[in-house]
Amino acid sequence: MLKSDQRDNVAGNATAANPSRRTILMGGAAVGAATIFSPAVLRAATPVIKIGHVAPVTGPMAGFAEAQPWVLDGIRKYLAKGLEIGGKTYQVDIITKDSQTDESRTAEVASELILKDKVDIITASSGSIDTNPTANVAELNEVPCITTDDPWESYYYGRGGTATKGFDWTYHFFWGLDQVLAAFIGLWQSQDTNKVVGTLFNTAQDDNSWHDAFIPAIAKAGFKVVDPGQFPAFGNDFTAQISAFKKADVQIITGNLFTPDFATFWAQSAQQGYKPKIVTLGKAFLFPSAIESLGDRGLGVTSEVWWSPDYPYTSSLTGSTCRQLVTDYEAATGRHWTQPIPFKHALFEVVIDVLKRTKDVKDPKSILSAIASTDLKTIVGPVKWSGQPVKNVSTTPVVAGQWQKHGERIDIAIVNSGLYPEIHTTSKLLPLG
Amino acid sequence: MEWVNIIFQGVLLGGLYALFAAGLSLIFGVMRLVNIAHGDLIVAFAYMAYFVMAALHIGPFTSLAVIVPAAALIGYGLQRGLLNWTLGEELPPLLVTIGLSVIIQNLLLVFFTFDTHRLHAGDIEIASVQFLPDLSVGVLPLIQFAVAVAIIAGLQIVFYRTALGRAFRATSDDPVVAQLMGLETRHIFAMAMALSLAVVAVAGVFIAIRTDFNPFYGPQLLIFGFEAIIIGGLGSLWGTLAGGILLGIAQALGGQFNVGWPFLAGHVVFLAVLIVRPQGLFPKVAL
Repeated sequence: MLKSDQRDNVAGNATAANPSRRTILMGGAAVGAATIFSPAVLRAATPVIKIGHVAPVTGPMAGFAEAQPWVLDGIRKYLAKGLEIGGKTYQVDIITKDSQTDESRTAEVASELILKDKVDIITASSGSIDTNPTANVAELNEVPCITTDDPWESYYYGRGGTATKGFDWTYHFFWGLDQVLAAFIGLWQSQDTNKVVGTLFNTAQDDNSWHDAFIPAIAKAGFKVVDPGQFPAFGNDFTAQISAFKKADVQIITGNLFTPDFATFWAQSAQQGYKPKIVTLGKAFLFPSAIESLGDRGLGVTSEVWWSPDYPYTSSLTGSTCRQLVTDYEAATGRHWTQPIPFKHALFEVVIDVLKRTKDVKDPKSILSAIASTDLKTIVGPVKWSGQPVKNVSTTPVVAGQWQKHGERIDIAIVNSGLYPEIHTTSKLLPLG
Repeated sequence: MEWVNIIFQGVLLGGLYALFAAGLSLIFGVMRLVNIAHGDLIVAFAYMAYFVMAALHIGPFTSLAVIVPAAALIGYGLQRGLLNWTLGEELPPLLVTIGLSVIIQNLLLVFFTFDTHRLHAGDIEIASVQFLPDLSVGVLPLIQFAVAVAIIAGLQIVFYRTALGRAFRATSDDPVVAQLMGLETRHIFAMAMALSLAVVAVAGVFIAIRTDFNPFYGPQLLIFGFEAIIIGGLGSLWGTLAGGILLGIAQALGGQFNVGWPFLAGHVVFLAVLIVRPQGLFPKVAL
């Protein structure tokens, strides 16, 4: 804390850490924007439970937290009358902090939430930059922590978890690479191709786990893998990859790319006369704006689908169906729905369910045992920490989908159910481009 | 044959880097200002082009007629209103442009959200010319390269054939003496920034046709711009073009040996030039 304070004073960049008069004068607005204090905290007529939440509201991952105000509005409305736990009504405050998509900033605001705001439970979402440092700080301070919206391998192994040794205080729910692979491979097997798959993976840490999981699994499923090697993100030239794919007659492209990288690859492929039959990538096609910016050449690309309005689940808080959630969001904001939205909702579904089942909410160990015995059907599917695939992870469904245009609107259709037969396909695979 | 293709693509990539670096090179030459916000300004003008295109129903190339003059005006205002006050020592302008970079990114996020955009130029985006059986080259990269060469030639003419260029060179050599001779250096600096941002606007449109951009795309290309300038020699415009091309070829060849190496190969060439010829290939002490 001392270190962060010093930095604040030197740089004049005030944060909410121990706001001295000086830091408040220098950056009062920033403090106000970063933290939402309920005035009722001061009155404290009813006992208060505090939930901390860390997410990338600004910075390169900001798209993932775009819907946060809308989701939290709904949750706060639900909690407006307080939460009844063991016959006693508690006021529940949600305190949010912006990680600025920066690991050290995440650790700093997570520490603030724990040490200064003294939250009873801490949460984080949207990428390992947010989930991992938050969980590490929580583990260190022995505060219960629930996170989501980051592939579980990157959360679990990225923090040093092993097959036998997990964590005591920190739990996570999201999908993993085996599930993605089942859907991708299922999709390719349903199509008529020469079964030659080319891969595009970056060199970052998360990409290593994708690369190392994908190559053997694809080969094992009977496909020939052409791996030109991993390369740094935001490269400006894909000629080497394209010539390798052309030479080996690659008809299926897969991997995990940033959207600008795919746009560069795709334009160069067209310019250099290369046209695969299927493009199935992680990450690049998450947001509808990415597909719109690709134009008609982006139609027909396939990707992992974490969630869609066609999922058969309902919210345990509001009873809303997936379709209803999307309709409400689009009516309220005028924006196209995105896949991170329901996960943020589900995160608070789980937290509220845990609190309701906690015997003594002022005892962290009691909250922890409520987390461990969670068995809840959320809007993103069932959440239950059963020990599979590892102690601290509960997997949520993921399937394969294709971006299609119907009239003026683009949307993602489910084209392969992967490991989740209860999620029905909504379309057959249409040709690319 | 494959190698011809690789080198050709590398040269075209070099054109992109040169286009990116031209505006940087120009203001560094005139006022020794290292503009860290250069990439963010490129993205900001890409957004401007995006909205101008939507409002006037015009294509990205036509939109240049609107945004290039607008960029020049903004550049003039930015220099007179802000950056002129920081000149004199090395550190303050650097810090101010770092701050500007952060401010631009977050203003873009607030106003335009995280949505990615691209400027749609129609069929020309994927059109290509078949030079040889194995050598198919995109029309857009070719145009981009030609524009980079034209811009650098144009700047060269401004610098060596016009009164404004004389004033630029005089101010660059010795601002105090230039002022004694009756040159208003604040105005000269602002004109240089106006010219620089006009070039930035052109670069912004080309980069945004090429790939998707979002508020945080700006810094991605900055390091290559700096490397192109330093390889080519500080203050030399043709040197910046040569530096960009060398960097592009190095990256393309590196990528051919191992797809993980393009940036590494570029950085190695950059370091090699620094060791063997620290002044760069075509240095011009007095621009």
